[in-house]
Amino acid sequence: MTIKLNNLTFVYNPNTPFEKKALDDISLEIREGEFIGLIGHTGSGKSTLVQHLNGLIKPTSGNIIVDGVNIVEKDANLKEIRQKVGLVFQYPEHQLFEETVYRDIAFGPKNLGLKDEQVEERVKEAMELVGLDYESLKDRSPFELSGGQKRRVAIAGVLAMKPKVLILDEPTAGLDPRGRDEILGEIQKLYQKENITIVLVSHSMEDIAKLVNRILVMHRGKIQMDDKTREVFKRADELEKMGLGVPQITKLMKILGEREKDIKDTILTVKEAKEEVLKYLRRKKDA
Amino acid sequence: MLKDITIGQYFPGNTLIHKLDPRIKIIIISLFIFSLFFIKSFIPYIFILGFILMVVKISKVPLKFILKGIRPLLFIILITFFINIFMTRGEVLFELGPLTVTKEGLRLGFFMGIRLIFLITGTSLLTLTTSPIALTDGIEKLLTPLKRIGLPAHELAMMMTIALRFIPTLLEETDKIMKAQMARGADFESGNILNRAKNLVPLLVPLFINAFRRADELATAMEARCYRGGDNRTRLNELKLDKKDIGALVSMVVFFGIIVSTRFI
Repeated sequence: MTIKLNNLTFVYNPNTPFEKKALDDISLEIREGEFIGLIGHTGSGKSTLVQHLNGLIKPTSGNIIVDGVNIVEKDANLKEIRQKVGLVFQYPEHQLFEETVYRDIAFGPKNLGLKDEQVEERVKEAMELVGLDYESLKDRSPFELSGGQKRRVAIAGVLAMKPKVLILDEPTAGLDPRGRDEILGEIQKLYQKENITIVLVSHSMEDIAKLVNRILVMHRGKIQMDDKTREVFKRADELEKMGLGVPQITKLMKILGEREKDIKDTILTVKEAKEEVLKYLRRKKDA
Repeated sequence: MLKDITIGQYFPGNTLIHKLDPRIKIIIISLFIFSLFFIKSFIPYIFILGFILMVVKISKVPLKFILKGIRPLLFIILITFFINIFMTRGEVLFELGPLTVTKEGLRLGFFMGIRLIFLITGTSLLTLTTSPIALTDGIEKLLTPLKRIGLPAHELAMMMTIALRFIPTLLEETDKIMKAQMARGADFESGNILNRAKNLVPLLVPLFINAFRRADELATAMEARCYRGGDNRTRLNELKLDKKDIGALVSMVVFFGIIVSTRFI
């Protein structure tokens, strides 16, 4: 399933003094099986863009084609689109409302009109995917859980819809390092096991570098870069001009590469860096 | 949908109306409301309309903006209009089935309609040209004399400031939670009234929880900065009356005085 955007433009509060162009002529394609990182400064239009992908916002102009259906058309079945394209908002735990974890996660599947047995199966599956124990947690109130657990319940609530494309808007914001690693680990597992397309909005270049295979860089409502992870992080100077950066390890290896010509300067993770440094040292020893 | 609500919105500007002292503006608006409901004949309303248009012209607030504020209340205005037309006894003009239209009813309905529309435009002009902070400062100052009889003027003003400050935040949050639940297949737009009310639970519960959480955080933050009410507090921008304020006040008192006195002619 692919999502295609053609010349998408969106203006907030048109024809008032508060008018603001949030998206400016965006065209792109999200193909099946991709793991995309969406980065950009605060206010660059990331959140506005992802809310277009499942029809929560109607564009001022342009088309959005999800699985061959133009969702901008008036008679588009938005419920079906929202099942196919799951969106996890920033701080999703703020949307929890039910008395028990089970019922909160079941909210989505129930809205799809599934039978009780199917709903139960989906809740179990979704909880397992995010690493929550079904038996011990299903009857607890979501409000008495820890921050990280709350967030997992909220993410499970979207996963229970079985989306084909999952969009996560800053899923690790406000979590401690351990909670962050756990959530990211689960997202990665999800991508590998469930064969779904993922769009990850994040401020953390480290997380992006570790996980995704394509990066979209947004700046002032436009897509400034759209390329493979390694290619995008090669353009460190441009990124820095936009108030973004590259992973620290990439920066470090770049500086090393400037000193020693035969060190590769397109490193993304600490693991890669270790191997590159070891290789360099070995070469030096042999010479 | 939520963005259509313009009541209480501030329209930034740098005109004479914007710069008037908020106390003066509040007094003028009170005079305006009083005369709206006091006069009984048609001609003074033309002058009031003239007054509104003049303020709109000087303040440079687009007329469209003000008319947009009337739209959500159109229903109430129409109901008032028709109830007055059909429910007033008097000289019968004509009958529509069980309903009778009287001369007095038509007159009264018409007046009530005009009054409501003027009331809304007048008061929204106040909020459109006065920032919420200035507005509550003005209210606090005006209420200060009542402190002696035990009215907590500062606290009331502070509560108003906070309430006004959080209106946009809460609207934004409502919008966000609504979208989050819609992403999970929630439907807020169809069904009968009972179902719609039931469908609001996933919106209202998180909204209330977040509002309480925010209130708690705000209280802690204020206490951490040693906030303890109005006694001995000084302020950054003291309100001062100058020539234009006095001029506006005097001319408006005369203007509305004449309008009100038309009732006794």
